[in-house]
Amino acid sequence: MAETLEISKFKSKIAPDWCPGCGDFGVLSALQKACANLNVETKDVLVVSGIGCSSNLPGFFGSYGMHTLHGRAVAVAEGAKLGNPDLTVVVTGGDGDGYGIGIGHFIHAMRRNINMTYIVMNNQIYGLTTGQCSPTTELHTQTKSTPEGSIEVPINPIQLALVSGATFVARGFSGSQDLLSDLMMKAIKHKGFSIVDVFSPCVTYNKKNTYPWFRERVYNLQEDHHDTSDWNSAMKRSQEWDTRIATGIFYQTDAPTYEEQDPAFKFGAPAKQKLGLNAEDAKALVENFK
Amino acid sequence: MESQSGSVSPRKVTVWIGGAAGDGIASVAETLAKACARTGLYAFAYNSYQSLIRGGHVYMQIRIGSKKVWSQGDFSDFLIALNTDTLQRHAKDVSPGGVVIYNKEKIKLEPGLIKPGVTDCGLPSSTIANKFGKSAIMQNTVALGALSYLMNFPFEPIQDVLTSTFKRKGDVVVNANVGAAKAGYDYAKENFKAVPLTWQFTHKKRMFLTGNQAVALGAVAAGCKFYSAYPMTPATGILHWLAPKGPKYGMVVKQCEDEIAAMNMAVGAGHVGARAMTGTSGGGFALMTEAIGLAAMIEAPVVVVNCQRGGPSTGLPTKTEQADLFQALGASQGDYPKFVLAPANIEDAFYMTTEAFNLAEIYQCPVIILSDLLLAEHFETVDDFDFSKIKIDRGEMVTNYSGNGEYKRYLSTPSGISPRAVPGTANTVYVAGSDEHDEDGTLISDVFTDPEKRVVMMEKRMRKMTTALKNLPEPQIIGPENAELTLIGWGSTYYVIRDAVRMLEKEGMHVNHLHIKYVWPFQSKAISKILKSCKKTLIIENNFTGQMERLIRQETGLSIQHNLRKYDGEPLGPIQVCKKIKEVLSEKKVAELVAH
Ligand SMILES: Cc1ncc(C[n+]2csc(CCOP(=O)(O)OP(=O)(O)O)c2C)c(N)n1
Ligand code: SF4
Ligand SMILES: [Mg+2]
Repeated sequence: MAETLEISKFKSKIAPDWCPGCGDFGVLSALQKACANLNVETKDVLVVSGIGCSSNLPGFFGSYGMHTLHGRAVAVAEGAKLGNPDLTVVVTGGDGDGYGIGIGHFIHAMRRNINMTYIVMNNQIYGLTTGQCSPTTELHTQTKSTPEGSIEVPINPIQLALVSGATFVARGFSGSQDLLSDLMMKAIKHKGFSIVDVFSPCVTYNKKNTYPWFRERVYNLQEDHHDTSDWNSAMKRSQEWDTRIATGIFYQTDAPTYEEQDPAFKFGAPAKQKLGLNAEDAKALVENFK
Repeated sequence: MESQSGSVSPRKVTVWIGGAAGDGIASVAETLAKACARTGLYAFAYNSYQSLIRGGHVYMQIRIGSKKVWSQGDFSDFLIALNTDTLQRHAKDVSPGGVVIYNKEKIKLEPGLIKPGVTDCGLPSSTIANKFGKSAIMQNTVALGALSYLMNFPFEPIQDVLTSTFKRKGDVVVNANVGAAKAGYDYAKENFKAVPLTWQFTHKKRMFLTGNQAVALGAVAAGCKFYSAYPMTPATGILHWLAPKGPKYGMVVKQCEDEIAAMNMAVGAGHVGARAMTGTSGGGFALMTEAIGLAAMIEAPVVVVNCQRGGPSTGLPTKTEQADLFQALGASQGDYPKFVLAPANIEDAFYMTTEAFNLAEIYQCPVIILSDLLLAEHFETVDDFDFSKIKIDRGEMVTNYSGNGEYKRYLSTPSGISPRAVPGTANTVYVAGSDEHDEDGTLISDVFTDPEKRVVMMEKRMRKMTTALKNLPEPQIIGPENAELTLIGWGSTYYVIRDAVRMLEKEGMHVNHLHIKYVWPFQSKAISKILKSCKKTLIIENNFTGQMERLIRQETGLSIQHNLRKYDGEPLGPIQVCKKIKEVLSEKKVAELVAH
């Protein structure tokens, strides 16, 4: 019972309006559990999303939130984190949001290693716009925009993360609640940029990659002799798909964060610094131009 | 020299230095201008350049005077030509009494190319320079030394600037540069007659900086803690100045993957309470527009600088224009409150930037600063900025909520301004939504049964503009009240208008000047009143369609009678403007100030 109580700490007054059975419910409750277990205050958490069914999550989550533009959540969140590094910043969004329109920000965020967490509800479809193909839609899948089947090779987000320098790369499944909330906790605790790609089935528009389809295939890397410090092995595991699909932590490494390396942070959180210059600094700046 | 009559104290002297990109023109120009600034003279330097790193044609125009210099002028008195191309393009326009300086061992000045009364000063620059170093750029230093003698300008200030510039590189480099300049000076002294200019030095040292640097300095002074940008001419100067300096004042300076990221990051930083700014030119601004609307919708304070260049598309990457006014006004879908500020000069670039941060936080909306290449990149001597004039006003903030009931981030108030809590504050948790939302942040975007709420929220946001109009400083006419002609401008045309007005005053003609600095919200009442009291009106802008002229008509119903529009990429010169003014003044028939 203690668990339900704690989850309620991160519930908002708005009830989720996803389709019954949507994978995103599981992602929401896993994140609520993770934050409750991490013992963070609701006021110190900022959940940032883009636009999509999945991106509606902050409205249902009881912390500060930003529901931004389609594809721009990562960029807004980077600004928010750099503006106030004392906040726990979590980005939540969809595969279209993060791997389609927002892919540029995603890749660059990984290079930067800003201390934040990115959770992608990957349903391999555009849900909110009623079922077009997404960057992770499997080859030859029929969708509203690919009536003859998709002819573009899907993106592999795990591989993309591995080659882009992400320091924590994991995959979850909305149907494996305990593993998912554990992954989220570890991702949030990780110092640096962490990405958790989550299979979050769209029960309305993706008739192939369903709960049963995933249940038959997923296994936990951490129960399968995987060394999370071995990048090459992570690359190999990320290539599995048709019969066996890895979840859990693929790769984790310790590297300096952006904030640790930028001298501006020596003065504390930018949002909390005193504003204005003292007379001495002002004078020195003026003299600089003479 | 302008008066062009022998041994007079020079009101203004114009030096042009021309060559190819990569010839080191900027450093010669900067040394000269800084030396002038250190002696108490005024200088205004504008670089006409091309979008390439080596080659092409570049010329720097430096105008110097003992009184405030308002523009780069029209013609040169002294020309340093670093290649044949420069001689061919510009030697013929050097004013009588002037001088052409070039390396006679490398290039040839065709006899008859220069006007009578212009002195041909070919120098053995290679021979002299080789004594001091291998670098080809040393020839420029020789020419600079010669120029100093020919302008009757003392060598010491030049030596001072060279010394401080090269100090970091050690004595050998300092001595080589000073030596080469002195050798050029001595050679000119032995072989030519100096133009008998008498300089008046006050030795009051002034600041010498660009508009971009003034914006950057304004940001530091205002407590900006986050600057994000993607490099784009002519806004890059802001990034280049802030990158090393900003972090010393606690500012995060972030080069981003693109302008979309730059803008969105600035919104994120502004939202959590760090004063935030981004800077770009028109093309990057176009990419930013969706997120400018985001800032407006979630009511996040943010400052956006658009340093305009010639458009459309990649346009004229290194040339000046003022054709993004409508882009700024129309940025992003939907109706939303915003400010558009157009600083007129370097001083404004500094003070209005500090003001922009206050406006952004007081009204919780995007503030767009419209600069342009001329303002952004020209160097000018200005009196020291007065930091004690800078007030920091963060608007209504909630840091400790103890109100009745739940905190409403978007509370509908009479002013339209809702007291702002930033993430991290206790008891004020809310979600900021880009979808239309209720006072507490709940999305109402798709609640078709509740259009009333949408209306309340739209009107709440827009009310901020009504409030702002009551508080903005009113536009003022500069100059005599009952003038025959009123000149109207915005942004950097301020310079050439002031310069032209000054020239005409000397001829006994009196015109006045209305300069629009607060472009949006538009001060229709005050501007209508001013325009209705004018006799003749002439608007001067750097664009094809007369964007400000059209905005004035749209907002006041009044049509300006005459216009001067330039869109070739180069800034207007004062003589051009004077010509147009005289034409308008001599016109018998007075066109009506039509009210539509
Ligand atoms: C700039 C922009 N383009 C397009 C859209 C329309 N749009 C909204 S959500 C969406 C796709 C959502 O897909 P995904 O991110 O995978 O989220 P899901 O609904 O599947 O959870 C699109 C194209 C938009 N809101 N903004
Ligand atoms: S459309 Fe799909 S993704 Fe959207 S709520 Fe329904 S099931 Fe979930
Ligand atoms: Mg999706």
